[in-house]
Amino acid sequence: MIEIKNLHVNVEEKEILKGISLEVKPGELHVIMGRNGTGKSTLANVLAGKDKYEVSKGSITYEKKNLLDLSPEERACAGLFLSFQYPVSIPGVNMMYFLKAAVNAVRKSQGNDEMDAVDFLAMIREKLKIMDLDESFIHRPVNDGFSGGEKKRNEILQMITLEPRLAILDETDSGLDIDALKIVAQGVNDYRSPDRSFILITHYQRILNYMQPDFVHVLMNGKLVKSGTMELAKELEKKGYSWIEEELAEAG
Amino acid sequence: MSNEAIKKTIAEDYKYGFETNVEQDTFSPGLDEKVIKRLSEIKNEPKWLLNWRLKAYRHWLKMKEPTWSNIQYDPIDYQAISYYSAPRKKSAGSLDEVDPEILETYTKLGIPLDEQKMMEGVAVDAVFDSVSVATTFKESLKKAGVIFCPFSEAVQDHPELVKKYLGSVVPATDNFYAALNSAVFSDGSFVYIPKGVRCPMELSTYFRINAANTGQFERTLIVAEESSHVSYLEGCTAPMRDENQLHAAIVELVALENAEIKYSTVQNWYPGDKNGKGGIYNFVTKRGACRGDKSKISWTQVETGSAITWKYPSCILQGNDSIGEFYSVALTNNFQQADTGTKMIHLGKNTKSTIISKGISAGNGQQTYRGEVKIMKSADNARNYSQCDSILIGQDCGAHTFPYIDVRNPSAQMEHEATTSNIGEDQLFYCNQRGIKTEDAVSLIVNGFCKEVFKELPMEFAVEAQKLMEVSLEGAVG
Repeated sequence: MIEIKNLHVNVEEKEILKGISLEVKPGELHVIMGRNGTGKSTLANVLAGKDKYEVSKGSITYEKKNLLDLSPEERACAGLFLSFQYPVSIPGVNMMYFLKAAVNAVRKSQGNDEMDAVDFLAMIREKLKIMDLDESFIHRPVNDGFSGGEKKRNEILQMITLEPRLAILDETDSGLDIDALKIVAQGVNDYRSPDRSFILITHYQRILNYMQPDFVHVLMNGKLVKSGTMELAKELEKKGYSWIEEELAEAG
Repeated sequence: MSNEAIKKTIAEDYKYGFETNVEQDTFSPGLDEKVIKRLSEIKNEPKWLLNWRLKAYRHWLKMKEPTWSNIQYDPIDYQAISYYSAPRKKSAGSLDEVDPEILETYTKLGIPLDEQKMMEGVAVDAVFDSVSVATTFKESLKKAGVIFCPFSEAVQDHPELVKKYLGSVVPATDNFYAALNSAVFSDGSFVYIPKGVRCPMELSTYFRINAANTGQFERTLIVAEESSHVSYLEGCTAPMRDENQLHAAIVELVALENAEIKYSTVQNWYPGDKNGKGGIYNFVTKRGACRGDKSKISWTQVETGSAITWKYPSCILQGNDSIGEFYSVALTNNFQQADTGTKMIHLGKNTKSTIISKGISAGNGQQTYRGEVKIMKSADNARNYSQCDSILIGQDCGAHTFPYIDVRNPSAQMEHEATTSNIGEDQLFYCNQRGIKTEDAVSLIVNGFCKEVFKELPMEFAVEAQKLMEVSLEGAVG
């Protein structure tokens, strides 16, 4: 689905990612863990195409296309979704209007007819139920006045509405209480399928209790230094990150 | 998408910028009593009106140009302007007599004057430079007793009405530009709705400045008798030119007991090029008097054009239980400037006023909202709600707010809210990441911002206004 080869990324002239290589196949859920400031969000933002993230070396191939050639909206229409760590609010624009514009932008890019308001409303009602959100939710302005939990649930709501093939979830679990966490995890789990992939970025192991990741990677100082399975995550929970740093130092 | 990439200014060509090739009668530039006498003569005006003009002119000579606005502009040379220009072919009531070039102009502007092709039931008065060239649906309106005609025609056919109301809301002495307009106004629209009549259709006037180096000084007067109702819309465009042109108009509205006047403006005068060269100076005095009890006047404006906009459509709430409303969306892009707002003067008892002002600044645009709410001693139980919001797009524009609140009656209730926000890169990126292109995202956000005002526009024009905003904002993101 997506292959990242030796990716080096600068932000404001400082090198943050120092050679990331990662391959995610269809159906897989990869987890990237690491301390704060190691470049986890940088990776998410580069994949989504955010401005000011400069790729100095390396490549990203998404479904046989060079991802770096595509604008953010082209990447979205190609099935790439980013669940933001800090979703921004857009006052005055209500959710229904916003989501309908997004859904139709994707449909249009695929050569499909746009959805009218009636069909859209019927569709969105189903999705709202899945995320345990009341219908009044879609009449509120995007993220404006939303609690932290509502914002994160809104991100997943958008994911299941836009139906991407690669979903990058940037710290989707931060700021959530147990109940909200369960709903979000459930939303992601229900959405999994053999042709969809996920990159979940987190530094807590907690959300992983509700999911079945295929691979767990540790990001440290701009590089993926260790890869494993759920066992690795459990080890990190027990021992923290410093043992990895020591291991690396010993290896020289 | 870098700032620079977004900043690339692609301002869509102002598509109304074309010039119409038509023979015009134009006065040579300059202003003195002779010019005014000639103007009045051409229009075959009665003596009382010529004297009214001359009185205004003499007063104007003694006045000083106001400089308190928050606007920078080169001084205007009043002697370098021509004060009259009209298409040579005289047009009478029938469309067949209108110069076909002019008809084509209006079609290009999307305003078909052909009665069959007209927007469903909207009567149109088309003013080309200083004269009204055609008014449609006159017969249908006549049946209802509604008078809708060019101002100059009203002077001939309904002099008593004109004499009674002209200058009663905006006297010639009111301000510098009002005095100038009173001296040299050439044409505009006159509307009279008799008692109890609900005007059967929307009335609208399209103003088009064509000739170079002319000023446009139109005068509109709308009188709504007891329990009558009218909705009026004005649209404005002008060709692209390097020089600035002055548009100093006056609009007077009079609403008697239980009457309602709804006045909407979609203004798209040439705003100047992207470097700020050229463009219309739009210095206008608009005022409505709610004379009768329970009368209501509401102003709705969408201002996207003009190099400079300087206007405060206002309401004088004389009648008890009268209502004044002001809904405005003003856009300043590139190097446009606007100092605009409203005045609500509460005199009667139980009067209400609502002000909703939305300003959008982009490029190097500078926008100032200036609002005055005055509650006089006699105005028991007055209520005002004011909301003034600004959105800034990019780093180089400005939004300023000067609210004036003058309350002289202790029973008054006032609410004032103001917000300022910007369309940030993060918001646009969020939309991009959901598949929405940047221009569409800006539209979404701006529409959401303006919808409270757009919903006050007559339906057909709400759509036009939205499209106009989109076009005017092109290239604005940065």
